[in-house]
This record gives sequence, structure tokens and C-alpha cells, in this order.
Amino acid sequence: MSRVNRATAAQSLSVSFTVGAYGVAFGAAGVAAGFSIWQSCLLSLLTFSGASQFAVVGVLGSGGSALSAIATASLLGVRNSLYGLRMAPLLNVKGFKRVIAAQVTIDESTGVALSQEPLGPVAMRQGFWLTGIGVYIFWNIFTLAGALGAQAMGDPSSWGLDAAVPAAFLGLLWPRLEKNLDRALAIAALFLALVLTPFVPAGVPIISTALLAVLFGVKANLWR
Amino acid sequence: MEITWIAVIGTSAIAFILKYFGHSVPKKYLSHPRILKINSLIPIALLSALVGVQTFTEKSALVIDQRMAGLGIAVIALILKAPFPVVVISAAATSAALFHFA
Repeated sequence: MSRVNRATAAQSLSVSFTVGAYGVAFGAAGVAAGFSIWQSCLLSLLTFSGASQFAVVGVLGSGGSALSAIATASLLGVRNSLYGLRMAPLLNVKGFKRVIAAQVTIDESTGVALSQEPLGPVAMRQGFWLTGIGVYIFWNIFTLAGALGAQAMGDPSSWGLDAAVPAAFLGLLWPRLEKNLDRALAIAALFLALVLTPFVPAGVPIISTALLAVLFGVKANLWR
Repeated sequence: MEITWIAVIGTSAIAFILKYFGHSVPKKYLSHPRILKINSLIPIALLSALVGVQTFTEKSALVIDQRMAGLGIAVIALILKAPFPVVVISAAATSAALFHFA
């Protein structure tokens, strides 16, 4: 790898640390939802996709089945496939390197890579790898810290963790709500999930909103 | 097998398959605008639903409690363009304060 651009390295590191530190909340949420410390750490090591991980512990923690937990998490992970489609021609890797590239293909690594576009493909590749591996390291260290801390924490509500988790999701979502269509979809999905909650098994209300996304997507195309 | 182990193994296996799949699709299938549009909207719908469920439900009942205040503060912080950690911490602090003192 050629010399790393300073701006690329700085952005990669700051994103890695900020997002990674939030692993504390995941580790604590995992243990609070009934996962062991080891299981919480395995989710961060193997699943390594923040939204999917919070979905799994969220659905099981609220009494959902393993199937609905896996299904919800997997629907949330589908976008990583799309990031892979975008990153693969840029990275152009095979074999074991492709396995590693796939594992660190997440919102953050893709986002930093795309933000380096004006600096050229070398900076884009460096941004992808530095951020992907950086988030991986910090996210896992902080997950362990959160999982260990949660045992001494007691009720997560007394620390505000019950509000911190949805606030974090909202924080991840917020920059993506620039268009009216996206905002309308977000509000519709939130209400649909709440309306369905008393009537269907946990997890299903969230998965159901994928249908709204299809409807909105089709409608967006008709408008063009 | 414990339900948590099924969830850990199932989620991790599918998460990796999904990631690897994206890196393995031949280029010629990559550009179908309608599919890309729908796929870009799905995470917005799912994450919004998750925010609602985590803030306003308890088991399968709708509830309003300290979490709503926490989320309200998070919205204000986001409107004021606060950094990500500030959003999360201000929501947690608000919710925790109400939990203890309200």
C-alpha cells in the first residue's frame, strides 16, 4: 500500500473511534437482553454490523423468537450486500483478502471510502481498509468493556440505556433523511410498526416495514 | 440449544453471507435502478421502525415513559447538529434522570 494520505487517515481514525466507542452500549445492551458476555462479544466479532446486532438483542430482549431476531437482523444486513457491490470493483481483491474485505464492509467503511472520491481511488481504498479495520478493533474492545460493565450496572433504565439505543439509531438515520420521500417513509414505518405491535409477534412489526420501503420505492419510480 | 446461541450463530452466518455475496456478484448485474432505489429505502424503514418499537413499546404493549423524553432530547440535539456521542449521551442522561426523580 502506498503512503497514506493524512486527511484520509484522520477521518478514518475519528470515525473508527466514535463508532467503536458505541460498542460499550452494545455490550451492555446484549447482556441486559439475556446474552452472556461471550455471546455479546461473538456477535461483535462475527456479525460485526451495529444495526443487525442491536436488532438481535432488541428482538430477543423484548420476547421475540430466534427466527424473528435473525430475520430482522438479516434484513438490516442486506444493505451490506449493496455496499459490497459498490466496493468490490474498487478493491479488486480475491481469496482470503476478499473474505476480510467482506467482513469489514459496513456503513462506515463504505461511507469514508466514498467521501475520499475527490482524492482518487488509492485514497478511497485506504479509507475503506483503515476505517473497516479501525472500527472492527474499537468496536470489539468496547463491546467487551460494555458487557463486563453491564454486570455491575443493574437495571439499564437507571443509566438511560433504554433511551440511548433508539437515540443512537436515530443518530445513524438522521443524515439519510434529507429527501421528503425518505422522511415520509421514516415516519410511516415508525407508525406502522407501533400500530402492529399489539397484534403480531415481536420482530414482525419491524420486518413488515420493508414492504413500505418497496411501495415507496415503486412510487418514487412512477414519479420520475 | 439455547435461543441466544441460535440467534448468535444464525445472525453471524447470514450477516457474513450477505456481505460476501455483494463482493461476488458479477458486474453486469450491478445496475438496476429500481432495485437499488428500493434497497436504499429498506434500511430507512427498518431503522425507523426499530426506533419506534424501542422507544414506545414494552413487550407487546404501547407505553409512554422516560424513553420518550430521552428521544425528544436526541431529536433536539440532532436538529442543533450535535455530534453523534452528544446525541446518545444527552438522551441517556435525560431518560436516567426521569427514571430516578420523576
